[in-house]
Amino acid sequence: MTSSLLYALAGTLLCGIGLFGMLWLSHLLRKLLAFNIMGSGVFLVLVGLPQNQGGPDPVPQALVLTGIVVAIAATALAVVLIRRYYHLSGLTTLDEEPAFREGGPE
Amino acid sequence: MTLWLMAGLLFTPLAWAVLTLLTDFSRGRLVSWVGILVQALVSLGLWLAVNRDGGFYYGLGGWDAPLGIELRVDGLAVTFVLLTAVVAGACGLHAGVYIDPDKPWHRYFWPLFWFLWSGLNAVWLGGDLFNLYVGLELISLSAVGLVALGGQAGALRASLRYLLAALLGSLAYLLGVALMYGQFGTLSIAGVATWLSDHPVPAGSGMALALMIAGLALKTALFPLHRWLPPAHGIAKSPVSALLSALVVKASFYIAARLWLELGQPLGSLAAAQLIGLLGSAAVVWGSWLACRQQRLKQVVAYSSVAQIGYLFLLFPLTFSVSETVSLQAQQGMTLQVISHALAKAAMFLAAGNLILSVGSNRIDALGGVSRFLPFSLFSFGLAGVSLMSLPPTGGFAAKWLLLQASLGSGQWWWVLVLLAGGLLSAAYVFRIYRASFLESSGTDQFFHPSRSLEVIPMILAILALGMGLVSDQVLSVMALPFAGEGAP
Amino acid sequence: MIRVVRLLILAVACLALTAALAASIWAIAGNPSPVNLPQLLSENLDRSGVEHPVTAVLLNFRSYDTLLEIGVLVIAGIAGISMAKTASLEDPELRTSDALLYALQRWFIPLMLVLAGYLLWAGADRPGGAFQAGAVLAATGVLMRLGGVPMEFLRPGLLLRLGLALGFMVFLLVAVASAIGGDAFLAYPPGMAKILIVVIESVLTLSIAMVLLALFVSAPVNDAEDPEEGSPS
Repeated sequence: MTSSLLYALAGTLLCGIGLFGMLWLSHLLRKLLAFNIMGSGVFLVLVGLPQNQGGPDPVPQALVLTGIVVAIAATALAVVLIRRYYHLSGLTTLDEEPAFREGGPE
Repeated sequence: MTLWLMAGLLFTPLAWAVLTLLTDFSRGRLVSWVGILVQALVSLGLWLAVNRDGGFYYGLGGWDAPLGIELRVDGLAVTFVLLTAVVAGACGLHAGVYIDPDKPWHRYFWPLFWFLWSGLNAVWLGGDLFNLYVGLELISLSAVGLVALGGQAGALRASLRYLLAALLGSLAYLLGVALMYGQFGTLSIAGVATWLSDHPVPAGSGMALALMIAGLALKTALFPLHRWLPPAHGIAKSPVSALLSALVVKASFYIAARLWLELGQPLGSLAAAQLIGLLGSAAVVWGSWLACRQQRLKQVVAYSSVAQIGYLFLLFPLTFSVSETVSLQAQQGMTLQVISHALAKAAMFLAAGNLILSVGSNRIDALGGVSRFLPFSLFSFGLAGVSLMSLPPTGGFAAKWLLLQASLGSGQWWWVLVLLAGGLLSAAYVFRIYRASFLESSGTDQFFHPSRSLEVIPMILAILALGMGLVSDQVLSVMALPFAGEGAP
Repeated sequence: MIRVVRLLILAVACLALTAALAASIWAIAGNPSPVNLPQLLSENLDRSGVEHPVTAVLLNFRSYDTLLEIGVLVIAGIAGISMAKTASLEDPELRTSDALLYALQRWFIPLMLVLAGYLLWAGADRPGGAFQAGAVLAATGVLMRLGGVPMEFLRPGLLLRLGLALGFMVFLLVAVASAIGGDAFLAYPPGMAKILIVVIESVLTLSIAMVLLALFVSAPVNDAEDPEEGSPS
């Protein structure tokens, strides 16, 4: 077993932890952190698995860089949305309906 | 000529996104209308060119796959590019009149709209697994931005839910891509399919396909992963809802279908195909049932999307281990279902927006008497409903007829029951809205009359959905075109 | 009780998925991959205009990915500042006159700017590049904001929007210029690849920093809102 393969296997573990966090936790910031953990796991698999046999491979390294930028953009947008949501409703989770009129009385 | 058309197709939406970012809403509207015209002409030109000469691969930056990114420009892709031009163009024209230009944050509508459009084109043409991921994220983030634009807590809640679901789906897809690259050493879908056609299937790659399709199913809101969709589509501004329901959910489905058609036979299994078909059927029944029980107009239309998406997933069992003819029928049925649902659902959401604007409430029971004041919009809504109910001669009917033939041809009669039940239930929810709008009981007589151009656009879309059944042969003939061969022309 | 059962079911499902994933990774790691992309890449590297293979992949072989990726970043920036409905993105409450902070910043900010410039330049032949440099530049801005240095340019006006889009715009113009000449979209004219990549990287650095900074400071703090369609306002 090479160290690259170890990275990939560690990546699967992070994916599992992140997935659990995204599905189980209810606080939005924690959900977002879990998303980032899962993302790191995916990037580890992406960069570790192909380098297991062929040695250094710049393509997955470039893909991971692109992936990180996309993940940062998504995370930053989510943080802004969460802050605005908290500001308007005082809630940090999606579990309960915010106390405001949603299209008139039911 | 074709090269210029391709460059124009890729360049226009991105360039207009930048241009409209630098202006305010009203000037952005004029600029965008010019852009819609340009983009529609380029899309039509490319469609005609492919119709004449057949499809081709377009190597971006002059690099061919596997080193570079290749776009796959074939009949199906250009048909969807043209469909996008029609539907997104209509939504753009509608939005220009519908959206209040005085709110300062509405200036950001146009850049997001154009980024969304460029993401859609990137997905239709994409032939590279990782590039499709970036295209999907382009679509998701701009769609989330559009839902959240200027919204209250409810809209933010819906868009956060949408964002988290979309991100989880993308990660599952990307994990599948990582496994694919680790296994095959290339990201080109065509490259993987070619290699698989004359080699034994390596162990472990079924997982890659499963992960990718699961992620895409979440992004397409396949039952039971559909719960993020109705809030997001219901609460967005009507032109945005129309874009989301008509086009955005189709993008992730399209990738799943492409992957299944290219790689499903070697990497998939009969159980997986039947399971996906079963979930699709459950979506048809459950989505229609919930649509009948909603109190708000746009929620009805949104749940109807959940149901109509279900039909699309019947493609999976109907193309797995069946004869060539049955598979072709199923693919044609899927294509027609995508096109007619896109047209009908866009018409429905735009018409619903007009009705809501007119009565000043989004509840169904507030619609009483609107039939006298807004017969035109209500008629568009109904015409689109006819296509969803799949009565002849609409595109919805032609699509379900092909799916029915494919089910019977492959001996999988159980899907026929789903097609019948879905048709009946969709009739129920469309007639429920009609019934409410003809009731004269409500006390209000104050109706706001939206401008005429707002009413014309959904009507045109609804008529197109209706007429799709009559010209389905011509539309489908483009799909069957021969592929011009390897490499860029 | 129900909560515990749900927790257990979810934990077992996640564990099972992890195990299945690890098993298929183990299986895949044993198979040789049919295409040797790194070799193909090193054969074409001298035609790409840069010496560092990762930069070559990012800005030449797979530049379409990078173009769309910057698009994603710009979208996030747009959606972020659309949430902030204040006249200025700068928060006056954060302005301080702490002498220690100012003294520290006088040392740090120039150093970080130099570092950003170095990272940008290093991208040609060793790890570095536009994104790393942009991130450092944005961090400089974050430091300035937290330290209370006034930043008047962070108004959601034309200048900010121009800054957000500048890198993307230049990239797009280069992409279409070659297509007008009859080449493929995003192809660099022969011999010009190096200089164009340097130009694109520099403006991208600026725009990436602007987007990240705009997202950091667009804290929504006022009550302007847009009623939902059809709800009584």
